[in-house]
Amino acid sequence: MSDDLYREQILEHYKNPHHFGELPDADITQEGDNPLCGDVITLYLKLHDGKLGEVSFRGRGCAISQASASMLTDMIVGRPVQELKSFPTKDLLEELGIQISPARMKCATLSVNTLRVALNGDNHEED
Amino acid sequence: MIGARGINAEAVRADFPIMGRTINGKPLVYLDSAATSQKPAVVIDIMDDYYRRYNANPHRGVYTISEEATAAYESARQRVAAFINAASVKEVIFTRNTTEAINLVRYTWGRVNIHRGDRILLTEMEHHSNLVPWQLLAQEVGATLEFLKIDDEGLLQLDELDDRLKGVRLLAITHQSNTLGTINPIKAITAAAHRAGSLVLIDGAQAVPHMPVDIKDLDVDFYAFSGHKMCGPTGIGVLWARRALLEAMPPFLGGGDMIKRVKLRDASWNDLPWKFEAGTPSVAEGIGLGAAVDYLGNLGMDQVRAHERTLVDYALEKLEEIPGIIIYGPRDPEIHGGAISFTIPDIHPHDLATLVDREGIAVRAGHHCTQPLMDRLGVPATTRASFYVYNRPDEVDQLVSGIQKAQKVFA
Repeated sequence: MSDDLYREQILEHYKNPHHFGELPDADITQEGDNPLCGDVITLYLKLHDGKLGEVSFRGRGCAISQASASMLTDMIVGRPVQELKSFPTKDLLEELGIQISPARMKCATLSVNTLRVALNGDNHEED
Repeated sequence: MIGARGINAEAVRADFPIMGRTINGKPLVYLDSAATSQKPAVVIDIMDDYYRRYNANPHRGVYTISEEATAAYESARQRVAAFINAASVKEVIFTRNTTEAINLVRYTWGRVNIHRGDRILLTEMEHHSNLVPWQLLAQEVGATLEFLKIDDEGLLQLDELDDRLKGVRLLAITHQSNTLGTINPIKAITAAAHRAGSLVLIDGAQAVPHMPVDIKDLDVDFYAFSGHKMCGPTGIGVLWARRALLEAMPPFLGGGDMIKRVKLRDASWNDLPWKFEAGTPSVAEGIGLGAAVDYLGNLGMDQVRAHERTLVDYALEKLEEIPGIIIYGPRDPEIHGGAISFTIPDIHPHDLATLVDREGIAVRAGHHCTQPLMDRLGVPATTRASFYVYNRPDEVDQLVSGIQKAQKVFA
C-alpha cells in the first residue's frame, strides 16, 4: 500500500476518467452521494446475457471518489451481474492501492456502494 | 493605552503547549479555530489542579473540598458574566455547548411561546445548530420558518427587514457566520426586531471568542456560545437570557440540582441559574472556562479582534493572488471575522485539505455545518481557514504556498 494518496495512477484516473459520460440506453441508472462531502456519482449500467455489457459514470467530487469510480468501471465491465451484486469493497480498495484514512473511506467506497444499490436495491455487502 | 498594546502572537504561542507540535515533520499551522480553539496551559493546568486537589461534587457538600469546588465553579460563572457584561450572574446558564443552549430555548421558551401558525425568522447562513432545533420545533407545533437572504458578498439582505419581521415571534440569527466570516449588525437588527415585537436569539459561538461582546449593549433576549472555541475546554457552553424570561420559562432537564423541594408527585424549582442545570455539572470544564475568559480578558478582546482583523485583511490580499480562487464572504475586513472560505478550481476541498496537511497545515474542508448556505453558494463544499490569537501572518504565507503546491499536484 502506498502512503501517497495522490499517486500518479489516482490523479490520472481523476483527470482522465475511464467510461465517463452518460449511457442514454442504460438499463439501470443509479445515483449515489456523500452529502457530508458533496461527492456525487451516477452509474449507468447496461446488461447483456447476464453480464454487465456496458458501464459508464458521471460525477463530481474529490479525486479519491472520482478515481475510485473510474477504476471500478474498469474492474466490473463484462463481468456476470450475479457476481457483481456482492462485489467486495476490499477489491476496489486494493486496486486503489493507497492507505485510506477513516475520514476519506466514504469517498473511496462511494462508487462500489452505489453499484451494490444499483444491483440489489440496497447496500448490503456480502460478508 | 489599550490601543497601543497589540497582541504579540509569539508570546501568545508560548502559552499554548500544542504550538510545539509537528505534523509530518513540519510545525503545526493551526487554521481551524472556528471549529475549536487550542487551549493555553493556564486552562489545562487549572482543570488538572481541580482533579488533583479538590475534585468533589459541588453545591451541597459541607466538607472542605466540595466547598472549594463550588466556589471555583461559581466564581467561573461570575467571570463569564462579567466577560459578556451580563446584568446578573443569575442569567448565565452553563450548558454543554452552543447547540445545547439553543435547544434549551427551543424546549422551554419555544414550546410555551411558539404556536401553530407562528413565524420564526432565521437566515440562510445559519449553522445547523441554529436551524435544525427550529425545524424540529416548527414541525412539532406547526410554526413556520422564514429566512433572511444573503447577497453575493455574504451579507444579509436587510433592506426589507421591517416587513420581514411583521408577526415574527422569534428572530434567531448568528452573530458571525462560521463559514463566510460575515459579522452581522446584531444591534441594529435586534432593535428592528424589538420594534416589531419579536424576541431575538443570537448564536454567538463565533463572536464571543473573537470580539468584545456586550450583552447589555446588544439588548438581545437570548445569547448562546461555547467554551471550546474561546480557549476553554469542550463540554461547557453558555446560555445567557434575560432574567424575566428565565424566571417564566419551565425547566429544561429534570433531576438533581435543578430542584428546590421534591415530593413523590411534584417538585419546585431551584433559583436561577441552577433551575436549568440538572445533574452534576461539568465542574472542571466550568473552572476551565473561567480561566479561559481570564486569559482572553488579559489579552483584551478589542486587541483579539484587531489582531484577527489584520490577519484577515492580509489573508484576503494573499489568497486573492492565487489564480482562479473564489473567496466567499465580505472583502471588507471590518465586517469579516477570522474565518475565510474559498474554493480552488479543479481541486475538491477535501483533496486540498489533505494535501496541505502534508505541510502541517490544518484547515477544514466540507460544508461547515451550513448545508443550506452551500446550496445558496452553489458549491458542495469549501475550504475554510480560520484564525485566532496565536496565528501569525507567516502562517498565511505557508497556507498560500501549500495551496500552490496542491495546484502543482493537480496540474
